[in-house]
Amino acid sequence: MGRWRTRALLAGAVAVLVFPVLLEQYKLYLASLTLVYLIMAIGLNLTLGYAGQISLAHAGFMSFGAYAVAILGPLGVPFEGGLLIGALFAFFWGIVLGFPALKVKHHYLAMVTLGFNIIVFLVIRNWESLTGGSFGISGIARPQWGPLRFQSDREYFYYILGWTVLVVASAHWILHSRWGRAFRAIRENEMRAEVVGVSLRNYKLMAFAIGSAYAGVGGALFAPLLTYIDPGAFTLDRSIQFLMMVVMGGLGRFEGPFIGAVVVTLLPELLRASEGFYLIIFSLAVILMMLFMPKGLVGVWDWLVCWITRRVVGPADPPAPAEPAAVLEPK
Amino acid sequence: MALMEIDRLTKHFYHLSALSLVSFDVKPGELLGLIGPNGSGKTTLFNCVTGVLRPSRGQVRFKGADITKLSADAVYHRGISRTFQLIQLFPEMTVLENMLMAAQERKGTLLSRLLRRDEAEERDRALKLLEYLGLSSVKENLAANLSYGQQKLLDFGMALMPEPEVILLDEPMAGVNPTMIKTLVGHIQDLNAQGYTFVVIEHNMEVVMSLCRRIVVLSQGEKIAEGSPAEIHENPLVMDAYFGS
Repeated sequence: MGRWRTRALLAGAVAVLVFPVLLEQYKLYLASLTLVYLIMAIGLNLTLGYAGQISLAHAGFMSFGAYAVAILGPLGVPFEGGLLIGALFAFFWGIVLGFPALKVKHHYLAMVTLGFNIIVFLVIRNWESLTGGSFGISGIARPQWGPLRFQSDREYFYYILGWTVLVVASAHWILHSRWGRAFRAIRENEMRAEVVGVSLRNYKLMAFAIGSAYAGVGGALFAPLLTYIDPGAFTLDRSIQFLMMVVMGGLGRFEGPFIGAVVVTLLPELLRASEGFYLIIFSLAVILMMLFMPKGLVGVWDWLVCWITRRVVGPADPPAPAEPAAVLEPK
Repeated sequence: MALMEIDRLTKHFYHLSALSLVSFDVKPGELLGLIGPNGSGKTTLFNCVTGVLRPSRGQVRFKGADITKLSADAVYHRGISRTFQLIQLFPEMTVLENMLMAAQERKGTLLSRLLRRDEAEERDRALKLLEYLGLSSVKENLAANLSYGQQKLLDFGMALMPEPEVILLDEPMAGVNPTMIKTLVGHIQDLNAQGYTFVVIEHNMEVVMSLCRRIVVLSQGEKIAEGSPAEIHENPLVMDAYFGS
């Protein structure tokens, strides 16, 4: 099983590296956008899917990264510096927004985070001297490392891919640590988690802050993709879109954001051929998926992996016999 | 010296008095029974001791230190663990993960819990405890898929995982079949002999009378009796609380 998993991962990695070479400009843009959205969805999955803290402020946190690179770039700050500052700013505000999460839950928390997103939107729309207001900021430079430039769409795709790999690896590392287990414990049974020593305050704040920091990274990568940003890109609609990615993909599953980001980004594009009906079809598809796949599309993924494993590897080995009983050592 | 002292503990829910000036202590290595009719305040007392509820008045002292206002996670770090009357597990985690979760916050800092990957020691203890409780064969099962009796045992195992100083058991025998009751009683006696201190809430009088050397009785939020099983058995106030005058 392990060998097949490695081979499948390798094949996937080669496909992601080679595939963009064959894509024309618009499709390449969509592929880049999917990677940015994947980063956003991974962040929200950590906050909501693993720690169970709903956030409708993800687009607001995204704007911190986007405006950080857009404002600091012309001042001579390297792209990565702007990205880091944006992510840290989002991390800080994630902690601030995490405090209400210690007091309120579920739809009340959704209202708090929704309010935060609206405040952020209003600030960036009205603070014209800094953010350009409704006109936004154009001509956002793409990163450059000395002679190594990421100016073309293809080069910039690989740059985003590099950051996506970093985000995926770091999220995997966090979620497979004791922190990841504590996040899940809070989601599943908050009272029991506290009784077994989990500090709700520390872990909830961290879940919010890390998810927000990932959104800041996604925002920083998003800004140079179109080389233009305005407040309209960071409205509540965008936050709901991220929520949809995480819920449709599969809450609290590592694979969920991958599936959600691909489906929510690409499905509307595939349905564009139906012209005016595509939004209706898309909405219907979402409703049907939620009705028949309440655990998200990751359920289909599980079924597919199981089916392929059975066909390629054969039935699973019988369980090993139980080990002989040990005696509990005295306290 | 007492390990834990409950001093005039009082808890009001608006105008309802759930606990009123309840005082008793728990000695090291003791197996203390806490009994009383339904609604007498036993679980409220456990909740106040473990930080799940904040008492209205009174004090809880553990090894001489006041722990009354500590949060539940801080009480856990002092060395007090508990089980629940209505089983509280992490249903979508495996049995082994539940056990590891019960001990992972015991040592280290928040940052070290992110950075330190090795948990061989905790895993080893969890596996030994699961073996001891007869749950080894289901260690990879989700907790939600266990039978009621197995969930009770897992709840018990989780309370043992952090090597606590005191374990509060809230109706460990409720809804458990007679064979499982024998097993649980055996485990409690065995662990008590090894030095663990227990406070047990239980409605099964046969179990309480045989298990505990001292019993505290609550009725309508007040302590009405305290003594050996024989003394409690003879106490007319206790008979009155259970059966009416």
